[in-house]
Amino acid sequence: MKKTLILTTALVGLGFAANADVTVMSWGGAYGEAQTEAFVKPFMAETGIKTIMVDSDNPATPVKAMVESGNVTIDVANIEYADAIRLCDEGILEPIDASTLPAGADGTPAIDDFLPGAITECGVSTDIWSNVFAYDNTKFPEGPTTVADFFDLEKFPGKRGLKKGAKAVLEFALMGDGVPASEVYDVLSTPEGVERAFAKLDTIKKDVVWWEAGSQAPQLLADGEVVMTTAYNGRIFAAAQNEGKPFQIVWDGHIYENEMFVIPKGAPNMEQAMEFIRFATSTEGLRASAQQISYGPARKSSMAEEIIYKDGKTVMAPHLPTAPENMANALETSADFWVDHDSELNERFQAWLAQ
Amino acid sequence: MADAAQILTTADGRPLKAALAAAQGRAKRRAFLLVLPLLLFVLLTFLVPIAYMLMRSVEHDGFAASAPALVEWFDENPGFDPANPPEEAFAALVQDLARMQEERTTGIAGTRINYSVPGSISMFKKGAREAAGLEPPYKEALLAVDANFGRPALWRGMASASNAYTAEFYLVASDRKLTDAGWARGGDKERIYLYLFGKTFMISALITVICLLLAFPVAHLLATLPMSKAALLMILVLLPFWTSLLVRTTAWIVLLQEQGVVNNLLVGLGLLDDKGRLSMMYNMTGTVVAMTHVLLPFMILPLYSVMRVIPPSYARAARSLGATSWTTFRRVYLPQTLPGIAAGSLLVFILAVGYYITPALVGGADGQLISNLIQFHMSKSNWSLAAAIAAMLLAAILILYWIYDRLVGIDRLKFG
Repeated sequence: MKKTLILTTALVGLGFAANADVTVMSWGGAYGEAQTEAFVKPFMAETGIKTIMVDSDNPATPVKAMVESGNVTIDVANIEYADAIRLCDEGILEPIDASTLPAGADGTPAIDDFLPGAITECGVSTDIWSNVFAYDNTKFPEGPTTVADFFDLEKFPGKRGLKKGAKAVLEFALMGDGVPASEVYDVLSTPEGVERAFAKLDTIKKDVVWWEAGSQAPQLLADGEVVMTTAYNGRIFAAAQNEGKPFQIVWDGHIYENEMFVIPKGAPNMEQAMEFIRFATSTEGLRASAQQISYGPARKSSMAEEIIYKDGKTVMAPHLPTAPENMANALETSADFWVDHDSELNERFQAWLAQ
Repeated sequence: MADAAQILTTADGRPLKAALAAAQGRAKRRAFLLVLPLLLFVLLTFLVPIAYMLMRSVEHDGFAASAPALVEWFDENPGFDPANPPEEAFAALVQDLARMQEERTTGIAGTRINYSVPGSISMFKKGAREAAGLEPPYKEALLAVDANFGRPALWRGMASASNAYTAEFYLVASDRKLTDAGWARGGDKERIYLYLFGKTFMISALITVICLLLAFPVAHLLATLPMSKAALLMILVLLPFWTSLLVRTTAWIVLLQEQGVVNNLLVGLGLLDDKGRLSMMYNMTGTVVAMTHVLLPFMILPLYSVMRVIPPSYARAARSLGATSWTTFRRVYLPQTLPGIAAGSLLVFILAVGYYITPALVGGADGQLISNLIQFHMSKSNWSLAAAIAAMLLAAILILYWIYDRLVGIDRLKFG
């Protein structure tokens, strides 16, 4: 009996020691799957370090919770740009030394190879994603082409889907009201500008279905609950390509931002976490990610050659937010603006929703 | 007749009372030691985190720890005029901004002030970058960097934040905003918290009543049927209980949405026009239906366990004495089930008040509850505000519980 106890305790102890792997937390759904195929599996194959992917609705929340409680169980997290800046300011994230990132395949040092703004004090960009709007082209064969069309209930009758939150919705409303992308944040910084955004949203308020999780948007469109919805562009692409849904993305007025890899302070496997980030954000790593889902790589060298989707035939270039033809009326999310005003505008938004 | 003053003793001469107390004391100690592990567990995993959360709602030293010069100045000048702070105040501010830049605490300090004065984070960052190179007179120099450094609201905010302990978060959770003139009630378009508190309690009460009406007949059936049939019905009640909450919620989305099963059925049967589909999802209706479904077993089970031990002879006796069915039910059966009703209602109400995931998914615009706002502030790192709202919710529940105790009596609660 005593021997069995000692043996089993030793085995359990061994089990714990062998758990020195890398845990990556991301957003789940089609995005999480794409990252598993593009980053996690190749990393494990190449280095032999056991890597697992966990899902979260918004990884920024559990990261802060873990660091504050002193019980950090993940090593790498995937969070939005503004959250990365905010958490770095609060001391929740480890600083990342950009000089340790690998150079591009053509030899350009990482700092020059990454697009401007893609490397911050505590984060490295994994991809550039965008809030777009999409419609079902069986309902509107001659579909909407501009943001203003989204708010036009006469020409395109039916319900709309919008993300339940102020970020990316207020800018969208202003662009639908005719504000050019370059002036959106100047207008939104004034009280009149905020009023204007809410007034525009009021015109469609009773026809809106509000979504929270990334996969709800294509689901609403597929169910026929809405005829047009804003969504993360990669999710719509995945639904259209993998499941053959008749969804069409409208790129006018899309709002893009960098998604960042960060390391929470006190992560259990810091060395391996950095190795993972270096692997995932190398030229090849970012290319592999763009082959799985239509989020643009943040490195110039990754886009040097044509990127073909994993089905072997679709060319990814026109589906990426950073493609030149899609950038005509695009807006880059202003992290500074949202770090300052997120709470305030969201309270205002909740009050507006409730009325 | 025994002498009233004579003390009863045991066989070996000890006073009976003392001997009894000693014996019971041993039994009590033993019982306490048996419960001790569970008590420690509850203390550590339940009470300590709650106490920690309550502490966070009144404490935030993000600014107080990073701006010592200003803290000292505010201490020495409690009655200063926020609309016109003197040169020494600005000097202290510049000194602190330079310090923040060096110690990399600009973010934490700016975030703290941003809670009451939006826009402060970028202002502090700008100021901190320039601070080391500024020359006196500091007031003009700093105002030249950013005119907002002269705003009275900012100075009020900093004065308030210079003390790590503050009631500021409770003020915000009560719909107050910091303006240039001081704390004032938020504008029409900004007030949301008190309204949501009220709405949460009303919806939870509504759900409790609906659950009660639906659960009562089911529990009665379960309690009075013969064992074999009752066991089968019991499995039907418990099975959803064991299914994932998210699966149940999404199932309701599929059933009730405009292009969903119920609407398609009604349109197919010709009872509804295709244009006139019922809107039962992503609004209050969807929230109430989904939450009632999820919380129903919590009402059925206490009712069932109380009803099972009610002897049927009382009802029969009442009928034999001439009472109608309704009178028998109202005056004989119902009062006996009151402990079960009390237990079930309390359970369902408290669960409904805290529910967050179901209103988040199916609530749409008017199904938002206070817990969704708590979650929002947690995700945006304003844990102090989330803690303050949660503490107010806790206080409201405790008050309601106390009223409930006075009305119904906790010792009358029975779970079976």
